[in-house]
Amino acid sequence: MNRILIETLAAALGSAAFSLLFGVPEIYYLECGLTGGGGWLLVRLLTDFTPFPPTLATFLAAAAVALYSRIAAVRRRCPTTVFLIAGIFPLVPGAGIYWTVYYLVTGEAALAWSSGAAALKAAFAIVLAIAAAFELPRSAFHGFLPRK
Amino acid sequence: MKKSEKRRLAARRSAVSVSPAPCADEGAVMGVAMKAGKLLLENGAEIFRVEETMERICRHYHVENPSFFVLSNGIFMTGGGGVPGSRPFAHVEHIPVKGAQLDRVVAVNQLSREIEGGRHTLHEADACLDAIARMPGKKRWQQILASGVGSACFCILFGGSGADSAVSFFAGLLLYAYVLLLSAPHMSRMIGNVLGGMLASAACVLLYALGLGDDLSHMIIGAIIPLIPGIPFTNGIRDLADGDYISGSVRLLDALVTFLCIATGVGVVIALYHSMTGGALL
Repeated sequence: MNRILIETLAAALGSAAFSLLFGVPEIYYLECGLTGGGGWLLVRLLTDFTPFPPTLATFLAAAAVALYSRIAAVRRRCPTTVFLIAGIFPLVPGAGIYWTVYYLVTGEAALAWSSGAAALKAAFAIVLAIAAAFELPRSAFHGFLPRK
Repeated sequence: MKKSEKRRLAARRSAVSVSPAPCADEGAVMGVAMKAGKLLLENGAEIFRVEETMERICRHYHVENPSFFVLSNGIFMTGGGGVPGSRPFAHVEHIPVKGAQLDRVVAVNQLSREIEGGRHTLHEADACLDAIARMPGKKRWQQILASGVGSACFCILFGGSGADSAVSFFAGLLLYAYVLLLSAPHMSRMIGNVLGGMLASAACVLLYALGLGDDLSHMIIGAIIPLIPGIPFTNGIRDLADGDYISGSVRLLDALVTFLCIATGVGVVIALYHSMTGGALL
């Protein structure tokens, strides 16, 4: 449990750091960090405490991140991209790609194949989750408009 | 159209009323719309946002029949010629793939709301766009530091220990110094990413050989994360979901090629290290 907490903090700080790299305005760093940390917390809780397979956990976390990004974008009146990229970043299977290459060059074909397939499935789950979250019409988010 | 003419036109318009009168100068309006579209596209906006913004600007300044075709790296626009005496406008803008800067997208988005609210004359809007195009990026040392912090954090995220993350931090700093000074200005994206992957892994291998860190794999994973193409990947998905298949697939291909290049770079270094140590230490 402690480990999950540390990882979540790392995900939040890391997402905020990469927001700077992508030129996001300073006022959004905090929310970018929260989106990234929240996405990671969710995916960790889902894989550790539910019987869901990792792909489904990634799908649900990515969908939550995408929905939250849309809400945040309406509330702060700025493009969804700002929050979406920060939130998705920890979920992108960067490590999966590394392990695929690692096993490939160390001659463990079976392990390379399985980590490659896992990375692909995770990427596809993210694609599907974002596409699904953007299927909701804009009017569904009007309740979050800032009061004037 | 000349600057002086544009200014005179804008001055006349703002003298008459807040919201501009039906426009005789469609070319200038479409030029502004094009400028906004270009700024959005090259800084990492989705295709639909580019189209929507250009349409908003045209509609607000009373250009009735613009048509444009937006791709991930180009905008084609024609329109005008409806008002007697005006000439049709046709323009193609090529937008090469380069690093995105999201604060410009945010700023153009804000400006387009303000234009719709009638708060800018055409000339003011044009000047605002020029100012946005000149917005300074983050300072280099800030970007390098952010890359280091990001690497350290993601190392932890993917199972690394505190010592691993310290090594990733330095590898991340080094990697981004390389990206800013060598790869981005002087290299093709493919070679730049292959060498980036190699550099990040080699830095980790070197520090590991000096006895720092616990697990080489975790350090390398952290170190290569700043190269991951987050913006093309996310925007590609968005474009596909919006039905912009050409742009979506080009952006996803860009992301995929980048992934493969990073993997190649990492693979080369691991294979070398593996063959030198006989795999015993990995």
